[in-house]
Amino acid sequence: MTSLLYGEVEEELRGAVREVLADKVSPAGVLARVTGAEPYDPGLWKVLARDVGVAGLLVPEELGGAGASAREAAVVLEELGRSVAPVPFFSSAVLATRALSVCDGEVARAVLERLAAGEVTAALVVPWASSPYRALSDISGHARGVVGAEVADILLIPVRDGLAVVDADDPGVTVSPVTSLDLTRRVATVSWSDFSGPVAKCRDIRDVLVFGAGLLASEQLGLAEWCLTSTVSYLKERTQFARPVGSFQALKHRLADLWLEVVGARAAARNAAAHLSASSSFAEISVDARVAVAVAQAHCGAVAVQAAEECIQLHGGIGMTWEHPAHLYLKRAKANEIALGTPADHRDALATLADLPGPA
Amino acid sequence: MIDVDASEIKTRVQKFLDSHAPAEDPVAFLRARFDAGLAWVNYPPGLGGLGAPRDLQPLVDQLLRGTPDNNPGRNGIGLGMAAPTLLFHGTEEQKQRFLRPLWTGEEIWCQLFSEPGAGSDLASLATRAVRDGNEWVIDGQKVWTSSAHLARWGILVARTDPDLPKHRGITYFICDMHAPGVEVRPLRQITGEAEFNEVFLTGVRLGDELRIGAVGDGWNVARTTLMNERVAIGSMTLRRTAVGILAETWRERPELRTHDLHQRLLKLWVRAEVTRLTGARLREQLAAGEPGPEGSGMKLLFARLHQEAFGLEVELLRDEGLEYDDWSFRRSDTVDFLGRGPGYRYLRAKGNSIEGGTSEILRNIIAERVLGLPAEPRADKDLPWKDLPR
Ligand SMILES: Cc1cc2nc3c(=O)[nH]c(=O)nc-3n(C[C@H](O)[C@H](O)[C@H](O)COP(=O)(O)OP(=O)(O)OC[C@H]3O[C@@H](n4cnc5c(N)ncnc54)[C@H](O)[C@@H]3O)c2cc1C
Repeated sequence: MTSLLYGEVEEELRGAVREVLADKVSPAGVLARVTGAEPYDPGLWKVLARDVGVAGLLVPEELGGAGASAREAAVVLEELGRSVAPVPFFSSAVLATRALSVCDGEVARAVLERLAAGEVTAALVVPWASSPYRALSDISGHARGVVGAEVADILLIPVRDGLAVVDADDPGVTVSPVTSLDLTRRVATVSWSDFSGPVAKCRDIRDVLVFGAGLLASEQLGLAEWCLTSTVSYLKERTQFARPVGSFQALKHRLADLWLEVVGARAAARNAAAHLSASSSFAEISVDARVAVAVAQAHCGAVAVQAAEECIQLHGGIGMTWEHPAHLYLKRAKANEIALGTPADHRDALATLADLPGPA
Repeated sequence: MIDVDASEIKTRVQKFLDSHAPAEDPVAFLRARFDAGLAWVNYPPGLGGLGAPRDLQPLVDQLLRGTPDNNPGRNGIGLGMAAPTLLFHGTEEQKQRFLRPLWTGEEIWCQLFSEPGAGSDLASLATRAVRDGNEWVIDGQKVWTSSAHLARWGILVARTDPDLPKHRGITYFICDMHAPGVEVRPLRQITGEAEFNEVFLTGVRLGDELRIGAVGDGWNVARTTLMNERVAIGSMTLRRTAVGILAETWRERPELRTHDLHQRLLKLWVRAEVTRLTGARLREQLAAGEPGPEGSGMKLLFARLHQEAFGLEVELLRDEGLEYDDWSFRRSDTVDFLGRGPGYRYLRAKGNSIEGGTSEILRNIIAERVLGLPAEPRADKDLPWKDLPR
């Protein structure tokens, strides 16, 4: 039976990541950075990638990685969600790494080795808004809304029988950052004419998106947790009508309900991570794992948005300011809700997965 | 004492079955099972258990499936609330006297807590207990008392000192439901039947040996009961579930499907699955010895799930949803949230967010005890009970 708790190794990893984030990330710092010239944080990424070793977490040991499972990656994502740190962990160390792991041959292995060393980052050139349950839209020559592309050294461009591995500075490729809803994980449009680069052969990459969707649930959990805890502590302090506003029952009940949603999000996200750990890179993702992912996404996507929206509302005017970090969480949560399948896409998938067919 | 693990359990069950044919008199079989420590394995030896981890119980139940059982739906209050309270606060004599017939189902228990004037605010209760030598004389009225008509014993909270603030003047008793002065009248419910009752207590005399815990410590003892009540209602691992029943109907009746119902069903199915996983994670935490605050939430989640699922079921069924199996006024002898027809299930589920602490009260508890939000200002904590407005 798979455990829904956190193992010792996972807690250690969480501790290490949290320590770095506490040291290097502040809401004010994130805000200044994402509106400045360099929206991703290369210094922070270097420490996380190399010193803590998160870049190679999902890379097999024989390629210089940690050979860890989805469970460990999920814990890192919880922490990154909690801090909305602008680093390419999800785009490079989860999505691109997983995509290469399901490819065969030397081409993929060579890139994985470089990723594990934390030398470079990669991006999978697929729209962030793609649903894992639909055929990928035709992206010949052009892909809209790609995450991590603007900082990637290597682009993985889906071609007929696999992924073309292309240098980001290949003259045939253009990456144009877009003014994005999510300030801490911007999207870019990638377009290409003819490029040079070897092709890593692989099967349907939609399963890579299923894997990503399952792990995104843990980031959403981390986000929701931050929103809940910071709202609770604010309401304990903020006084109106000569009492802490957190003593008004209308607010207490809303927060109790939100807490229940977050507790459920933790169980669902852990369950997805546990199931994805069981399916090794090359194996098929089992039906149970697909159910776990769809349930986690259908639940956690909405919970993160609810938590961020409550966070703003219950902070009052200050929650509406650019200066307060709540909006960074709302923007990330709302973008995540669309990413890798909306909650409704995942529920639709359950109609088949759980044998609950719709009307004829 | 030896450590009890799964293989030890298997050996003991085998040994027990070798010497006790399940075909014999069911009561004798259950008594023997209790004496073999295979009733509730986490209870101490001599009291129906083996002092084993609680998570070995499902194995015992599985190995003994098909043998006479104690029909837990018939004695839910005894098994879920009276037993843990006796175990935790009872004297050795009380445990020896009451636990065995409770577990075998020979003696049914009821819970004499709520009163017409004291529901959510249970601590404001007015039923009096006055000492008379070695006895207590009880006067008052209880209400919503499930199974009182079947019960041999009741767990009872009564006021022994009206001059103290409300939480401090309460004492906990075992009420002899056959004693003179106990009168049980059925109360008909929205389902048509009478699962619960009004209980009038007039000059009922209870020996001091029926007191649980110290005089004045009843609130503390009652908290054990209430905690267990919420856990019992919230942690039921039923093989059938509300959403499972709904999904079955959905699969069997394609002609009833609409797009809107489909969207709602899928949402509910996700919610059910998240609730199931929350419960599974909670049980894992308990087994690992790290009880989490998540427990407070399970009852609330189940109430909501039952209500939404059965509401949807009635709506889905259309013509059949207009029908009801039986309104006749009769006394029920078991409680089954998932039993009978869809109309009954829908109506019975309404009680799930009221019985055992309302969902509003549970939200207060989560907000204050789990999230640490400040309590509402209140005037009733330190005043003597007799001076409280009512
Ligand atoms: C099917 C069923 C079986 C039962 N079986 C038993 C039994 O066997 N033994 C027994 O002792 N009792 C039993 N009960 C009683 C049950 O415990 C009470 O009904 C419950 O505690 C609520 O009390 P009340 O009915 O007096 O409602 P009240 O306390 O009067 O509540 C009325 C409404 O006000 C809300 N409310 C009250 N206080 C607050 C507050 N502080 N904040 C916000 N909202 C509040 C409540 O949530 C409720 O919605 C049973 C009830 C039902 C429905």
